Amino acid sequence: MIHFFHQLSSPRYFYDFAGRLIPWLVVACLLCMIPGLYLGLVEAPPDYQQGDSYRIMFIHVPAAWMSLFIYMVMAVSGAIGLIWRIKLAEVISIASAPIGASFTFLALATGSLWGKPMWGTWWVWDARLTSELLLLFLYLGVMALYNAIEDRRTAARAAAILALVGIVNIPIIHYSVEWWNTLHQGPTVTKLDKPSIHLSMLIPLLLMAVAFKLYYAFLVLMRARCEVLRREKNSRWVKDLAGEAT
Amino acid sequence: MNSLSSSRAFGLLLRRDLLLAYRRRSEIANPLIFFVLITSLFPLGLGADAVVLRTIGPGVIWVAALLASLLSLDGMFRSDFEDGSLEQFMLSAHPVSILVMAKVFAHWLVTGLPLLAVSPLLGVLLSIPVEGIGMLLLTLLLGTPVLSLIGAVGVALTVGLRQGGVILSLLVLPLYVPVLIFATDAVGTTVAGIPVTAQLYILAAMLVLAVSLAPLATAASLRVSLS
Repeated sequence: MIHFFHQLSSPRYFYDFAGRLIPWLVVACLLCMIPGLYLGLVEAPPDYQQGDSYRIMFIHVPAAWMSLFIYMVMAVSGAIGLIWRIKLAEVISIASAPIGASFTFLALATGSLWGKPMWGTWWVWDARLTSELLLLFLYLGVMALYNAIEDRRTAARAAAILALVGIVNIPIIHYSVEWWNTLHQGPTVTKLDKPSIHLSMLIPLLLMAVAFKLYYAFLVLMRARCEVLRREKNSRWVKDLAGEAT
Repeated sequence: MNSLSSSRAFGLLLRRDLLLAYRRRSEIANPLIFFVLITSLFPLGLGADAVVLRTIGPGVIWVAALLASLLSLDGMFRSDFEDGSLEQFMLSAHPVSILVMAKVFAHWLVTGLPLLAVSPLLGVLLSIPVEGIGMLLLTLLLGTPVLSLIGAVGVALTVGLRQGGVILSLLVLPLYVPVLIFATDAVGTTVAGIPVTAQLYILAAMLVLAVSLAPLATAASLRVSLS
């Protein structure tokens, strides 16, 4: 097992391994997403209060979960890169940032689309919405800092420090609906006792959550492969690879 | 040289930075003038209705303080970076976080403290009631050191960059927002006559967290920037 991880942290081995893994992840993602979307958008019964418009939550809620999850992945792999100087952790960390920003934007946009018919407004300065917006800014800050520094390794380490500093925002977002009594509804799935959501809605929601995780997994591997190639462009194996292609 | 204790190094660096600031008095005054100017723009832009000014007053003063602090941040490590003394600090035998602490403390004394002195005046201009002004001072006292400490991390990350200023605001402002929210909420709640211990405790907790963690993050960022 340890041997496997050692091998994986070598960029060349990672490049091959990720290349073989990606098709499987894509298939698994589709296998979750198609039934998830079907069950959620067609089979699940309309909500007794919100009618059909609640169905946007099958995109909104997993996207919001992903926005937090990816931030944690980015910060933790950034920390691993800082502490043990593992290049691949830096690559994963930095490859995650734009994907996380996209999911955060998706969560904000779908939430706003849902908010208009339900709350009668596109946007309120509610604790959860505001903290999610801040999360988007944090992602953008990490990306801006990474792109502003020329040396890739220095840039990755600086971005990792910033990501770690920004981690204080994560518990604030997660608990904002419990700490502050605001417009955004409380959690219905991620709590310790029984979820207060009906099974016919819970199953597609969880399927979509898994699908989004898999989507992120293959996307981050694809981005990391590109980043590895860019960083290792002077090494022999990349040159061999390029030679094969031409 | 080795006999110099870390607390003495802290004191010496603090003294040096304060002396440097004293020699360049106009640079200290600029953020302060900026602060007053920004605040006085709001009554001009929004109309001089006392009720409106009273409700937005704490927020306006705090946003102006945020921007003034941001403006002054860039100089925190810039000149030391340019003349190479920052590298000497990194090479010294003392923990970098302690030296960072001294620099941040000096920065706060030079830029944060004057804001506190002027803000009652601005509070009166924005017709904030007296108890609100007291609370405004208290939140500024708790909050502005946090701004300097968080800002130090951002400056340390961007010190080597040519156009660090814009990126600095992108990095630092999102992290400033929690301070802004709780501080302005505390002032507004006081004016409404409701106790505000919760907000003050949270601000104090942020200060403790920032004092204990931000110097470490700043030291790490400086190491990355200077590598």
